[in-house]
Amino acid sequence: MKYFINWHERQNVRQISTTCFCNEKMKQLASFVKKEFYHVFRDWKTLLMLFGLPVIQIMLFGFALTNEIKNADIVVVDNAHDLASQQITDKIAGSNFFSVRKTLRSPSQIDAAFKEGKIKLAVVFPVNFNEDLLHLNKASIQILADASDPNTATTLVNYISSIVSDYQSQLAPTANVPYAILPEVRMLYNPDLKGAPNFVPGVMAMVLLLVCVMMTSVSIVREKELGTMEVLLVSPVKPLMVIVSKAIPYLVLSLINLSAILILSVYLLDLPIKGSLLLLFAESALLIVTALSLGLLISTITSSQQSAMFASMMGMMLPTMLLSGYMFPIENMPVVLQVISNIVPAKWYYIIVKSVMLKGLGFSSIWKETLILTGMTVFFAILSLRNFKIRLE
Amino acid sequence: MDAITLTNISKTYNKGSVLAVDDISFNVAKGEVFGLIGPDGAGKSTIFRLLTTLLIADKGSATVAGHDVVKDFQTIRKLVGYMPGRFSLYGDLSVEENLNFFATVFNTRLEENYDLIKDIYVQLEPFKTRRAGKLSGGMKQKLALCCALIHKPEVLFLDEPTTGVDVVSRKEFWEMLSRLKKVGITILVSTSYMDEATRCDRIGLILSGKLLSINTPEATVKAYPEKLYGVKADKMYALLNDLRAYQGTLSCYTFGEHLHLSFKSSEQEVMSYMQSKKHLNIEMKPITPTVEDCFIRLLNNQNDRNSN
Repeated sequence: MKYFINWHERQNVRQISTTCFCNEKMKQLASFVKKEFYHVFRDWKTLLMLFGLPVIQIMLFGFALTNEIKNADIVVVDNAHDLASQQITDKIAGSNFFSVRKTLRSPSQIDAAFKEGKIKLAVVFPVNFNEDLLHLNKASIQILADASDPNTATTLVNYISSIVSDYQSQLAPTANVPYAILPEVRMLYNPDLKGAPNFVPGVMAMVLLLVCVMMTSVSIVREKELGTMEVLLVSPVKPLMVIVSKAIPYLVLSLINLSAILILSVYLLDLPIKGSLLLLFAESALLIVTALSLGLLISTITSSQQSAMFASMMGMMLPTMLLSGYMFPIENMPVVLQVISNIVPAKWYYIIVKSVMLKGLGFSSIWKETLILTGMTVFFAILSLRNFKIRLE
Repeated sequence: MDAITLTNISKTYNKGSVLAVDDISFNVAKGEVFGLIGPDGAGKSTIFRLLTTLLIADKGSATVAGHDVVKDFQTIRKLVGYMPGRFSLYGDLSVEENLNFFATVFNTRLEENYDLIKDIYVQLEPFKTRRAGKLSGGMKQKLALCCALIHKPEVLFLDEPTTGVDVVSRKEFWEMLSRLKKVGITILVSTSYMDEATRCDRIGLILSGKLLSINTPEATVKAYPEKLYGVKADKMYALLNDLRAYQGTLSCYTFGEHLHLSFKSSEQEVMSYMQSKKHLNIEMKPITPTVEDCFIRLLNNQNDRNSN
């Protein structure tokens, strides 16, 4: 009987000790995470990078590095001087895309105006413009654009064309002109061809990747450099604990960062979020985890903070900027680069964000991209866990 | 059972091109304070890292607290305290935060083994909110010792704990170590300060990865084969050169304000040689060698062997 009681007691003791064990693990994790937050908040350089980077990028891309065209200088050569030419000129001048510098008398002056470099575009009305339009149902306008910057030229020509066709439809709203086929172009999701819808997803991808990859890799390598990793290795702490505790703070901080970017883009750049906010955050969390595991991988193969930083920059910033499709369309790239772009996580995230944020699509249309990102994450995580050194060499 | 055993341990770096530890064997008994004495680059830190399971030896085997350093590395990591050669705590965390962090790392609390670290902690307490990076050299080492002791380890590894620490703090540090010894903690400590050697139970003199002698400090000193003299005169530098040129001299080097001299001829002959070189106020008296003398002798022997 006594033996039995003893046995029973021992069972109890074991139970208590296992629950203690679990508590200990949680306490350990909490203490690690707390320590990591101290590191971040006590280093103003890290803080600046963490929170300054997204704000600066949004501002920069939103206001300075925009490819939208506002108030492009143009000249008008009006040989007609009639009602229609005047009305179209007024319409052009009235839009905030153009400002009409001057009205020239003769086409020969156009060349000089372009050479001065002051104007981007010239509009020439022929003699009898209104007459032709009313009686022949057909009149032409000559548009000359400075195509040394082809993108701007194309955009400006498109603007002018749409203003002219707008005028046309006003002129005869019910007119049924036979045999005239008008291509009706609608710029879906971004009718005004604003820059923001294009770059906000790009900036999101870049900031999240850059911050997460760089911060995690640098913070782990710093422990190696300072020698604290040596002390942590000679302790009961499991490598997984070190890794998870590094990832949690940056996951949290990145989600805060993401919120900041979204708030800025909604309120400052007037870019509404069409799809589900929850889905957007969930997909972003996935990208963050991808980035964290990539950062971890970098930390296992580099030994100094500089090389970790360099690897993150080269490994993340350039491919993200060049191969994710947000600066240069992937379809126009050589096949080799198109193939390489598939291994850039930002490319898939960019597609996801554009689908959710701009098109308002649901999970059913982005599951493939989500799956690819998940696969990448698992791959990087397993590789870095295997690579994590439990000794010094 | 010995707390630490090393059997024919060898370790090379850079794919075998640099030999850091060369066929070293020694044992440290439970509760012993064992000192590894040697200059920088002798291989002391490598031995520490091999024993703390951070490195794997090329050849040989080692145990700590009865566990194999390769096979049972996880067990050993729970049982030992390790203070690396350079300051390895978080400089941006305060004294208190560092202690609490390392306490949870080792699944314990500051209060649990408070009596063990009390003496040290009392000195640190006035600075407990200060960032560890802003502490003085001595305080940093005391904090590091505290962190290494927080889980009451069976074996304590201290790699050059007093390097860069002032004389008073060094003395205090060694007093703490002798208190820890009383609690039964085995301590392996390395130092390049020879005067600290006498504080150890036994010392191993190590040079270029080789263990030259293992003994108690007293026996190490006693084993000095020649008679050693302390010599002084007005012109010390000239005296050093003259004595080195003298054919009866075995060794002669500056040691504090004296020259330490050993020779094979008689005392009389050396005296008259110095007088013939017109040295004034010559003092010469027999002295007991220190650990440093023993070390210099081993060093010279090694150099002779290398040059021959």
